[in-house]
Amino acid sequence: MSLDEFSNEQKRLPGLLLMFLQMQKVLINKIQSTFLTSINSDFLKPKLLIMIFKRMLARAWALMLVLMVVAQTVFAQGKTVTGKVTDSGDGSPVPNASVTIKGTNRGTTTDASGSFRIAVDNNNTVLVISSVGFGSTEITVGSQAELSINLTGTQSNLNEVVVVGYGTQRKRDLTGAVATVSSKDFVKGALQTPEQLIAGKVAGVQITPNGGAPGSGSRIRIRGGASLSASNDPLIVIDGVPVDNGGIAGATNPLNLINPNDIETFTILKDPSAAAIYGSRASNGVILITTKKGKKGKIKLNFSAQGFVQTPANKVDVLTADEVRAIVNEKGTSSQKALLGKESTDWQDQIYRNAFAQDFNLSATGAVGDGKLPFRISGGYLNQDGILKTGNFKRLTGSLNLNPTMFNNKLKLDLNLKIARTENRFANEGAIGNAITFDPTKPINSSSARYGGYWEWTDPDGLPTQLSNRNPVGLLNNRTNTSEVLRSIGNIAFDYQIPFIKGLRANLNLGYDVSRGQGRNTVTDSAADTYRRKGINNPYYQERTNKLMDFYFNYVQNFKGINSRVDFTAGTGYQDFEFYNFNHPDRRYSGDTVPGSKQEFISQDPGFTLISYYGRFVYTLANKYTVTLNARTDGTSKFSKANRWGFFPSAAFAWQISEENFLKNSTVVSNLKFRAGYGVTGQQDGIPFYGFIPVYSLSNNQAQYQFGNSYVNMLRPGAYDADLRWETTSNINAAIDFGFMNDRISGTLEGFIRKTEDLLSTVPIPAGSNFTNRLFTNVGNIESKGLEVTLNTTAVKSKDVEWNIGVNFTYVVPKITNLLVNADPNFKGVEVGGISGGTGNTIQRHIVGERPASFYMYKQIYDANNKPIEGLYEDLNRDGIINENDLHINQSPEAKYYLGITSNISVKRFTAGFVMRGSIGNYMYSNINSNMGVLRQILNSLGFLANGIKDYQNTRFVNNQYFSDYYLQNASFLRMDNINVGYDAGEIAKNVRLRITANIQNVFVITKYTGLDPEISGGIDNTIYPRPRTYVLGINLDF
Amino acid sequence: MKRISVYIASMLLGMALLVSCHKQLDREPPNTLPSANVYATEGGYLQVLAKVYGSVALTGNQGPAGDGDVAGIDEGTSDFVRLFWKAQELSTDEAVVAWNDPGIQDFHNMNWSSSNPMLKGLYYRCTYIVTLCNEFIRESAADKLSGRSITGASADNIKKMRAEARFIRAFANWVLLDLYANPGFTTENDPIGKFNPPQTNRTQLFGYIETELKAIDGDLSNARAGEYGRADKAAAWALLARLYLNAKVYTGTEKNTEAITYSKKVIDAGYGLLSNYRWLGLADNHLNNPEFILTLNYDGIRSKNFGGTTFLVNASVGADMDRNVSGLGGWGGIRTTRNLPDLFPDVNGNGDKRAQFVTGTQILDINNISEFKDGLAVIKYRNRTRSGAFGQDPDRTFADIDFPLFRLGEMYLIYAEAVKRGGTGGSEAQALIYLNALRTRAQVTAAPIGSYTLDYVLDERARELYWEGFRRTDLIRYDRFTEGTYLWPWKGGVKNGTGVAAIRKIYPIPDSEIAANPNLVQNAGY
Repeated sequence: MSLDEFSNEQKRLPGLLLMFLQMQKVLINKIQSTFLTSINSDFLKPKLLIMIFKRMLARAWALMLVLMVVAQTVFAQGKTVTGKVTDSGDGSPVPNASVTIKGTNRGTTTDASGSFRIAVDNNNTVLVISSVGFGSTEITVGSQAELSINLTGTQSNLNEVVVVGYGTQRKRDLTGAVATVSSKDFVKGALQTPEQLIAGKVAGVQITPNGGAPGSGSRIRIRGGASLSASNDPLIVIDGVPVDNGGIAGATNPLNLINPNDIETFTILKDPSAAAIYGSRASNGVILITTKKGKKGKIKLNFSAQGFVQTPANKVDVLTADEVRAIVNEKGTSSQKALLGKESTDWQDQIYRNAFAQDFNLSATGAVGDGKLPFRISGGYLNQDGILKTGNFKRLTGSLNLNPTMFNNKLKLDLNLKIARTENRFANEGAIGNAITFDPTKPINSSSARYGGYWEWTDPDGLPTQLSNRNPVGLLNNRTNTSEVLRSIGNIAFDYQIPFIKGLRANLNLGYDVSRGQGRNTVTDSAADTYRRKGINNPYYQERTNKLMDFYFNYVQNFKGINSRVDFTAGTGYQDFEFYNFNHPDRRYSGDTVPGSKQEFISQDPGFTLISYYGRFVYTLANKYTVTLNARTDGTSKFSKANRWGFFPSAAFAWQISEENFLKNSTVVSNLKFRAGYGVTGQQDGIPFYGFIPVYSLSNNQAQYQFGNSYVNMLRPGAYDADLRWETTSNINAAIDFGFMNDRISGTLEGFIRKTEDLLSTVPIPAGSNFTNRLFTNVGNIESKGLEVTLNTTAVKSKDVEWNIGVNFTYVVPKITNLLVNADPNFKGVEVGGISGGTGNTIQRHIVGERPASFYMYKQIYDANNKPIEGLYEDLNRDGIINENDLHINQSPEAKYYLGITSNISVKRFTAGFVMRGSIGNYMYSNINSNMGVLRQILNSLGFLANGIKDYQNTRFVNNQYFSDYYLQNASFLRMDNINVGYDAGEIAKNVRLRITANIQNVFVITKYTGLDPEISGGIDNTIYPRPRTYVLGINLDF
Repeated sequence: MKRISVYIASMLLGMALLVSCHKQLDREPPNTLPSANVYATEGGYLQVLAKVYGSVALTGNQGPAGDGDVAGIDEGTSDFVRLFWKAQELSTDEAVVAWNDPGIQDFHNMNWSSSNPMLKGLYYRCTYIVTLCNEFIRESAADKLSGRSITGASADNIKKMRAEARFIRAFANWVLLDLYANPGFTTENDPIGKFNPPQTNRTQLFGYIETELKAIDGDLSNARAGEYGRADKAAAWALLARLYLNAKVYTGTEKNTEAITYSKKVIDAGYGLLSNYRWLGLADNHLNNPEFILTLNYDGIRSKNFGGTTFLVNASVGADMDRNVSGLGGWGGIRTTRNLPDLFPDVNGNGDKRAQFVTGTQILDINNISEFKDGLAVIKYRNRTRSGAFGQDPDRTFADIDFPLFRLGEMYLIYAEAVKRGGTGGSEAQALIYLNALRTRAQVTAAPIGSYTLDYVLDERARELYWEGFRRTDLIRYDRFTEGTYLWPWKGGVKNGTGVAAIRKIYPIPDSEIAANPNLVQNAGY
């Protein structure tokens, strides 16, 4: 059975279990066949991974089977009662209230209309009903068939528990910038990768999708990032395992191996006092992802299915065939005119399509073994085509969570296991640029079979013209690049309540994150782009292994006498990252090796290690005043013995003002809290592993040097900085949390100043002082200031209608304050922001006193009709010459202001919502216009014609004016990310509830930017995979 | 209480285990060698020496590209030959380029600035070569060898290698002297780290190069006795001859007598002209060639990059030209202004075989620099062998052609010019013999010359040495580079040519380097 088949398989309810079993079979077969039979002889056997995966899989799935069988038996039990839970205040239904049978772990939760149904043993059974924000109440079942329960609202939810690093904390004790988004608030729709669940939801967190390819990831920035050249990605911790966020061969995005449906909450630790417990790696914030866990109570199944279609929302505005003919006939030489064809081909239409996709998820939650073994088990299957033809992404995921308690509840065990397998076929994205530039007067096919039958430009000798563009349809169809990636993340945590020391727990967490990507890129020997080298047939292979051991003690004690509460944590951690990169020779389509490309080393296996000690002390006085002290010391293998240990402390204070007597009984103010903190964090991610060690490396066999008649592989000393050390970020954070009118209006106002010193950055160093002219070293400082506002309101709340609106606003401006080993006021900055066109051109600079990667360009002069005059720029320094001294700093690619708006309204059984994101003050350089919107693009001396961007008709530029600020545009935007509607059909059959959903993603964008999309990381608009518009239909069954 | 002590004990044990983990923080990079291992054997030294030469010929440690030596510039554009050639030829009447990469038209327009990416790349390439040589020279010092118990024949061989590294360093310093005049200066006594090298000037640098080249004379192989591709005594003499010929430009003092002395030493060392001029730029130009003194060696399979002769061949073929003529090609970039073909009796090689131009649809006059057809194409470098076969690369992308840094023809011309400029120790009669030898080899149909002028030598240098990277230096020596007295099409960005400011005789030090190193002062005028 193929992966595609079972999507059309059983769709009726009894078939679901069957489908689940089938998925398991397929997964095991697939994985075993990939591991055991089809291991390419090119590869060394990946011994470790085979072992881990095989064992884990065998056990996990065996366990799942057992659980499924047990679940069946639990289904049929006792009497069933129904009831409805309402708010005693206004009589509105209370959804998501928990209903449990007293003395047992069995229970359920209420639906959107406040209703529940539960199986009980007899009439004497007592139910305990409770909900967040309400008190709890008990009711004896008796003989009534329908129970009616009123819950009284409590003032606030301050006793709610929030996941923080190494444990949990009461919300009231939080002193740092922590934001939580739980599954009920996630962005809805067809999301392939977890971070998109919270896009637009949290102030200070920017999630920018990388493009429209299926499964592609996003750039995540918390408060804009703290570094320049080292990583600006936050640390992502899944169920206590800091995961490897680096790319793996064959996957567009390592996070797309996590099924978003398995996630319960995101906790974002934004400032050091919150994140300092992850000291060494917390400079860019921490994202804690908690997956859904087993819940005590009867076994509930959930099935969801989504079908969606993606359409290209927009195309690049290129010249038509007739316009090209007119331009060539007007401006071209006779030989160029002779190159014109008679067709009118819209190449973009030829490469894009409407792409269909389906996404299925099945999960079971409950407890088995007389309620002693809560579990959750889930499986997911996604099959998505890309809008760029030939692209496809399939993902099969399985997860298992077991959360038993033992020894009189003294030992809590938490086992989380996630397995994913993705199959990718990567479309040749080179087709996107070529569809823009390929001559539209040419046909798709030629009369010859050469070049796969596609029309191509050729030289006088009949071979493909060396520097010409290629037929985009040929690029797509002549290449097959497929990969499969396996990833498993798992951990087991033992939490032991140590006897006779009340409040003391010991916690041991063992975790791993392993992934393995392999694939093959083949291009036929007939394809024009690789015709001279006779095609490509290259495998690739990579393994990444990340092992983790964490051990900590936690001590929580209330000292009633002094009205104090102490929460103390101390522990140690060890984490180790290993990589295996297979080096292969370069092969032609036939499999023949390209001469000289045999590799010296069969593999490259770098790695690094981190060892940490950490502690956290939280002291709360009178439930009003909280002090948090954090400290962490880390050792990394990336620095020399002398520099490898870094110490990262933080301190923070919170005052729960609303607990003071003067506010305690206020009916207006339900929550008021002031927080302030200072902390230091470090950074060693995203940097070379061995940058401090002087070593020599050997050249490959195509870079030998001839002495006499022999060829010698060259030994090159590498650049190094023996003094490399931790990049450190210090941060001041202050905030006010507020809630009014029983939290009908709530929010946070937060400000921060962040300074990063000893920036790990690649900067020009004096020539001759090292084996490079740009060294990776500690140099420079960067400073950010920011303000975040979060506001959540319940605009309407009545029996049938509830309307919630959330708005978040972020202001953040980073500034470089130092950049050179030797400060120099005349230093014009480090060139960054490479652009297409010519070689080695950059359009941005890191400049002291400016925002990172500011655009650095000439000021264009315009004529009376407001048309730019080619090559004429303002002489800004008035020295009579236009040269690089007249380049000026011109805006930043990053916005100053970000906005997120979320609205959800429910009217009886209907729900509707939307998510909007906006950013103000970000600028975009249209590289696509500057590179392809000139006459030179269309007419050249190289023997072929090309198409150009329509912007040529605005400028009439003959030659490229890459550095003209004409090409810089304000790309502020407001994007309707998501509009969703839902209908709760209620109970459609006995014990089966149905919910139907529909939504549209990427609905519209309001912007002045004239290009395809105003939202591109880095602010340089080159040829991009366009972000599709997505229409989704889904059903969700609970039973 | 007993149980508590068990807990404490196990906790302490756990801590002890972790502390022992600390040694796991000592990790070593895979597939590399610490320097102690590299310099344990003569073979290791030879591989580092290969890098010393390879840093002049290639762009990085991964062929053709992917692991470049110089940062901040496209790797294919970062090699010595491609950048040196552009700086020496595109700024003159010998070459124009159709491309529009930022900075590249500055050469012909003679309006380059300190941020020109190619001038930056060339500066960093040369200083990189110097730094690499410093390392080798440091590690091959006599005390280091004895400390490593390397003795006997191995020690002798490494001593020779050390002299070669000093030669390559002198060569890179000469390029810096000629083009940038006042670069930062380092030797083997400087550390590796983040310090600020001092600035030197032309007079100091001239003296340093001269001293170095003389100092290594005893350690280098005898002329024509070493392996192909490695510098010998003659290479050092040849560089001295070139240095002395330009001494007045560099230091204000003529050194023509010394130029004669050292060019004569090379000439008398037993070199001879290759029988066919047109073989000098072929794929097998390394075979049976008595003329080459030192070359940069390329190989279409084993020594690949996107610069070097691969650039020279590919970039010089375009438009309607027959791709098979050169065996590679189609980048459609470089041609010549009419000043060069006008020096020959006929553009097709009739009367002087050194004229290797393509006419066809190529035209003599340049109306549009961006149009490859404007200007005759030059096919001095062709990736074909003497028998007509193609080079080794089956994909016909990379060239096998070796690039001569020093060859006998230049020595003849130095001798003749130095004599004419008043140097002693040579004679015009002898010079005429050399000049006529070049004419004979070129199958010049006109009668042998019986006398010559300085202008004749300049023109003859163009005919003999064009596109080998000499023209800018020659025009400066003859006061014809910036001056309005000698023009060529598009000189200074004007179709009929125009004179430019005299500061253009020296290139600016890259702005990024001026910023990074506070010891440096920018060259006057920039």
